Amino acid sequence: MTLALPRTAPDQSPLAIRGLTVSYGEQPVVFSIDMTVQDGAMTAIIGPNGAGKSTLLKAALNIVKPLSGRITVYGQPLAQQAHRIAYVPQRASVDWDFPTEVLDVVLMGLYRDLGLLGRVRAHHIRQARDCLARVGMEDFADRQIGQLSGGQQQRVFLARALAQKADLYLLDEPFAGVDAATESAIIDVLKSLRAEGKTVVAVHHDLSTVRAYFDNVFLINRRKMGEGPIAAAFTPETVQATYGGRLADGQISQLTMGA
Amino acid sequence: MGDEFVILSLAPLLIGICAAVACALPGNFLLLRRQALIGDAISHVVLPGIVVAFLVTGRIAAWPMMLGAACAALVAVLLIETIRRLGRVDAGTAMGVIFTSMFAAGVLLLEQSDTSSVHLDVEHALYGNLESLIWLDATGWSSLLDPRALAGLPPELPRMALTLLAVSVAIRIFWRPLKLATFDEGFARTLGIPVQVLSLGLVVTAAIAAVAAFDAVGSIIVIAMFICPPAAARMMTNRLSAQICWSVAFATLSAILGYVLAGYGPLWLGGTDAVSAAGMIATVSGLILAGVAVIGPHRTA
Amino acid sequence: MLLDALLLQIGYNATLVTLGSAALGLAAGATGTFLFLRKRSLVADAVSHATLPGLALAFMLMVALGGDGRNLAGLMAGSALSAWIGLLSVSWLTRRTRLAEDAAIGAVLSVFFGFGIVLLTVVQTLSAGRQAGLESFLLGSTAGMLFSDAILIAAGGLLVLASALALRRPLLMVAFDPGFAETQGIDIHRMDLAIMTLVMAITVVGLKVVGLILIVALLIIPAATARFWSNRADRVVLLAGLFGGLSGYIGAAISATAPGLPTGPIIVLTGFAVFTASLLLAPGRGVLSAALRHRSHQRQVHLRQGLLALAQDQPVYEALTRRLLRRNGLQRADGVPTSEGHSRAAAALRDETRWQALRSSAHLSELSARDDGLTLILDVLTPDQIAELDRRIATAPGTA
Repeated sequence: MTLALPRTAPDQSPLAIRGLTVSYGEQPVVFSIDMTVQDGAMTAIIGPNGAGKSTLLKAALNIVKPLSGRITVYGQPLAQQAHRIAYVPQRASVDWDFPTEVLDVVLMGLYRDLGLLGRVRAHHIRQARDCLARVGMEDFADRQIGQLSGGQQQRVFLARALAQKADLYLLDEPFAGVDAATESAIIDVLKSLRAEGKTVVAVHHDLSTVRAYFDNVFLINRRKMGEGPIAAAFTPETVQATYGGRLADGQISQLTMGA
Repeated sequence: MGDEFVILSLAPLLIGICAAVACALPGNFLLLRRQALIGDAISHVVLPGIVVAFLVTGRIAAWPMMLGAACAALVAVLLIETIRRLGRVDAGTAMGVIFTSMFAAGVLLLEQSDTSSVHLDVEHALYGNLESLIWLDATGWSSLLDPRALAGLPPELPRMALTLLAVSVAIRIFWRPLKLATFDEGFARTLGIPVQVLSLGLVVTAAIAAVAAFDAVGSIIVIAMFICPPAAARMMTNRLSAQICWSVAFATLSAILGYVLAGYGPLWLGGTDAVSAAGMIATVSGLILAGVAVIGPHRTA
Repeated sequence: MLLDALLLQIGYNATLVTLGSAALGLAAGATGTFLFLRKRSLVADAVSHATLPGLALAFMLMVALGGDGRNLAGLMAGSALSAWIGLLSVSWLTRRTRLAEDAAIGAVLSVFFGFGIVLLTVVQTLSAGRQAGLESFLLGSTAGMLFSDAILIAAGGLLVLASALALRRPLLMVAFDPGFAETQGIDIHRMDLAIMTLVMAITVVGLKVVGLILIVALLIIPAATARFWSNRADRVVLLAGLFGGLSGYIGAAISATAPGLPTGPIIVLTGFAVFTASLLLAPGRGVLSAALRHRSHQRQVHLRQGLLALAQDQPVYEALTRRLLRRNGLQRADGVPTSEGHSRAAAALRDETRWQALRSSAHLSELSARDDGLTLILDVLTPDQIAELDRRIATAPGTA
């Protein structure tokens, strides 16, 4: 039956979640979630609006406080492994009117190296510029962040995550409201991360690109609706169960079978 | 600019500048965090703080009263947070409930206690007494090198200078995490930055500046300096470090111009008596803000 | 003594003050609700502090014209004018610059007040030898309140109240959903201006009694208190009026019983006491009932997750879950489920499996939105529908 756990050893997994429940008020937004992220793969978290995708990610990072549940990162508690995680929040979650420049934002990714009073040296700047170059934003280093387009803002956030040199990348809706060029630039970077052996988990909302972009899916609608490699877990049945009556049958089989 | 200036104006001018800058520095971060009115709340609760300190110690002494005021500010901030979270009330309302109630309690305590023998009243807490902080032991500029005369400086001056130093050092040390947590709190959390401690630390720093300043210049100037120089500075630049510099410049300018206008303005207009220096400093900071709002290079987003 | 005061038995002046304060509290509470629901409570703080320059200028003007500087109506007119300018400044700064409203409020509040203090010191030097007494407007003063003053305050308060009630429908619509209100042909800007005008009127009316620093409390506290007791906007307005009126009445009565009990602060503190009691004790939104609900919700979640783990022979990770299972007699100390534990775990798993089946059912899947992990499917479906699900489960391949 579908409730069975995937038997990937949790102590090997970059991110293993057990029995996670988060409530806003008296309403669980995610209920009793078990998730085991596969090392070195790209995983999409998909589900309808309000299904708890972002909440799951934020609870995994301890940004929101769960009601119950246990989270391990590479087999150890989150606090000890936090330096191995890079988080790319939703673009809309910050104030883009903040008085700062693009390079400054990327340098924030080096906070663990710099500490409170460490001087920003030439090699830090070079590192930050390299990260900007990887997302195609090297010419924008001195730009005020308020002047960027949505896609450019998203790339800056990704560059900041790259600067963290993490092993696990957690992205919240990285493709929401960005132009096509940005979308392909971001996916190229994510695929290059995978090629380096890093693990990528992204909240994703576009079912038509799941197959092309990701290796694994995690389907969620308040509870876990499926988990595993695309071929096994991204089926008409699981998508139907996740989205309920919101998608037409023909649409679903078209999406899940691939072009 | 003779000896008279040194005796009558040098100390109040310096105290005014230190107070203005010490409040403007944390004000920059409060402004960016949309917490500008925390300054308003803090300066209102200073009154109950000093009254309680007076009732406990039974005398008017600077340090216990500053401690009392700082405690009151901390209590106010914690109560505001508690009400906001537990009662699900918006931040503005929570502030309005707490600071008015605590201010009312302060007035009541003041009326109930016998303070007729000491100089402690609401007007003083509101607009201070900058003009009276004169340097009686001075004889002229040479007194700046005379240890005996220096010992006679109004104690508010070293106190305010020390506060300014402490505030500046604190902001410098925590510059990086403050900036990060102000811009992107969720990301800051994932870096292990203790966001809530930092936020409370900022408010405590602001409270220390406010408490040290109120004694010399009163609450009103404190609110004005928390908000007006940073707000004007935000409209001058899009870089945080430049914004801080502009706010320091605007605060200094307000203090100098305000003090001079209050002291000499009425004389130029043919009057005989000076007007409130604290009030005039706040007024000048408002005029600067208005000017920048009209012509500032980055006045709109 | 207090009882006498509450029954208006301790003198003409006390009665005057008590009734005037009650009228003021009633009007301020109801009017402040619109501001509160619009989440702009502290605009009132800017408005009230901005009255000071007008107060001082009106005094100077009246003296210059040879009149009595302390004429209450004249002072009210002056303070209304400068509050109006303060209000326009807040709105101008918010709309024309990048500054947020809180910064605009703080700037206007402190600058106008500072300028007012400058003018007060001018007044003091101008009328040397003649006590202007304008300082009493900072904290309010009811000593020596005239009958005409009381009438002015009560009438002004009731006039504001009537206007607020007349406008309540569009005002509430703007507070609840400005976008929708606009499609209904309501001019949001004009409604905001209307709220602010009423707030300004209350401020001016209340200056004499509670003073300009504390008047904002009368606008905010009753509304915030009322919100704990009702989720319906029109009822919040009524309750806020009631709480405001009561605070004014009781506060003024207490203040009349002894010297050294200033009216304004006592009214504010009475309101605050009612607020605190409501915050803690109100059913629904009160802290105590919310904490109890949260606790029981957390237990429910843990118990359910524990039962599902038992049913599937999975380890129970969390101490709280284990404790709850044990305390409810579902699991023994050595971790083995009791017989009741077995049966309830099986029931929980059956419920879970039925929900699962429901999602893939063509005509019932709409109901899956009601699955929050805690709702029992027995409460959602008819026995016939459940029987249908069970048939589907029995025939489905690979189901345990």
